[in-house]
Amino acid sequence: MLGSGIAKGLKETARNFFGSYTDESRLVTVQYPEEREPLKEATRNFPFLVYDGVDPAAGLRCVACQICEKECPPQCIYIIKDTVKKPDYTGKMQIQPKVFDIDVSVCMSCQICVEVCPFEAIKMDNEYELSTTDRFDDLLLRKDGLWKSNEYYHKIHPTEAAEVDRRLAEEKAKAEAKAKADAEAKAKAAAEAKAKAGAAPATPTPTTPAA
Amino acid sequence: MSVDTEISPARQYSVLPKVSADGSVDGELLEVAMGPQHPSTHGVFRMDVVLDGETVVRLKPVFGYLHRNHEQIAETASYLGSMPYTDRLDYFCSLTNNWAYALTVEKLAGLQPPERAEYIRIITAELTRVVNHTCLAGFLLMDMGALGTPLMYAFREREKILDLFESLTGARMMCNYMRFGGCRVDLPAGWLEEARKVVADYPAFLDEFENLLNTNEILMARTQKVGVLSRELAINASITGPGLRASGVDYDIRKVDKYGIYDRFEFRVPLGDHGDVYDRYMVRVLEMRESLKILQKALTDIPEGPIMDPKAKIRGFRPKPGESYGRIEAPKGELGFYVISDGSPNPYRYHVRAPSFINLTILEDMCIGHTVADVVVILGSVDIVLGEVDR
Repeated sequence: MLGSGIAKGLKETARNFFGSYTDESRLVTVQYPEEREPLKEATRNFPFLVYDGVDPAAGLRCVACQICEKECPPQCIYIIKDTVKKPDYTGKMQIQPKVFDIDVSVCMSCQICVEVCPFEAIKMDNEYELSTTDRFDDLLLRKDGLWKSNEYYHKIHPTEAAEVDRRLAEEKAKAEAKAKADAEAKAKAAAEAKAKAGAAPATPTPTTPAA
Repeated sequence: MSVDTEISPARQYSVLPKVSADGSVDGELLEVAMGPQHPSTHGVFRMDVVLDGETVVRLKPVFGYLHRNHEQIAETASYLGSMPYTDRLDYFCSLTNNWAYALTVEKLAGLQPPERAEYIRIITAELTRVVNHTCLAGFLLMDMGALGTPLMYAFREREKILDLFESLTGARMMCNYMRFGGCRVDLPAGWLEEARKVVADYPAFLDEFENLLNTNEILMARTQKVGVLSRELAINASITGPGLRASGVDYDIRKVDKYGIYDRFEFRVPLGDHGDVYDRYMVRVLEMRESLKILQKALTDIPEGPIMDPKAKIRGFRPKPGESYGRIEAPKGELGFYVISDGSPNPYRYHVRAPSFINLTILEDMCIGHTVADVVVILGSVDIVLGEVDR
């Protein structure tokens, strides 16, 4: 019968319309900005730099190796190395960035900088309300606008951050064990050398652990 | 009355008055530029149509408004650096684009993704196909004048799958998820349960959607016998995807190539009889059901294990010199990447075989003789995304 197809469709529309009064799941619109959906843990938009401890300048994990700058597909990262070095989490002296800029108006949120970083220094933020009135200076994030604490990282990506912390702790333990082993080996070598030479003191003086 | 036959070289068509046998002017042909700001052109796309009254006499697709030099940029960026750009080709289906590119480079570098990664790839690719066909059905019906309702229902369901993508990859559309030799991250806790729920609920939506319009008399009048694409022309113009299958050609790269682990899944390939707009619409609706079948099996069979080939590396990736062509059945057709390596960190040559672009070449043949209103519907049924056409 002509029109029965249309009637069948309208029945479906009516079911949806009246269903929205009785069935919560049919009300799918979120009334932003009064309501917000909770963000997914994996949600990413722009990168930030992680620092440990309380002092951002001292705890910054970035060692200005410039790998992210080279790998960034749209070339939105700009780094200048500092001449002054600072110790990293294992105590090793490392270069630090003097300038670290990210132009978020160019960034395409691809996360490649995070993947290539060997120092777990750059991570993805999930802040999304970033509108400004100045599209040049306000969207060019400097080093002091990019650094955020490890606690903040734990807050936005808990699982990933715990995994990163575990990896860093492992590396630190490894570095410490290696330093200890090196020191022992040195002491042993020194003792042997002394024994060979036949010189007096039997107990070697402990050397300071290598950095 | 004499007819001025001098045609300016800048004019693409001769828009001359029609002259009847006795030399009298019978009416004029009208040249209309549909687009690039026309809402029915699915982006910035222009069709220069020559009309006789309301009937299309000639049609020329004009594109390039969204050209952004993807292939040249890929030749200067590292292999990994092109991966996020492939998201932006067909932005509805970023995960299948990722897969096609990853497959090509894996062939080049001799990498083999582990079992779990293959399953994740199939799951994400089939979810992408469902998203694409759902959206397309919504947009096509909107082009026909069903303003709002079908598209809103389609987007309501699409959102559930995009949520799955977001919790897996971190982004709803620009996923940038697959890597050479596997996937970037493993599935988060609880993802499989959520995905199973979405897949289990989807047939109910498809029933609703089909009840809504499939038997609608207006829809049938607007789509049946409109924009017929013959089997021969479809093959000769190398049309792929649902457009080809709607013309009755049984050609699905998932069956032909069995890339990934598609040989482990049973699914049917829906075929059309007439090659008109209605067949192209119905083939897609039926394909979604088959995709859901694949998804159900993949979501129960997925094994535990690693997700990256141990030989794969993120930094300093340099495949040995050679060339490779990888292709997959993307929702819109055969998506292929052709890459030549000269041993350096970036490809020597990089080419995309974009299904939207090639499927667009028969637009004129399908449109001639139909009215302007039908042009809109026919274009909608070809299913183009301008990000992929222009690259």
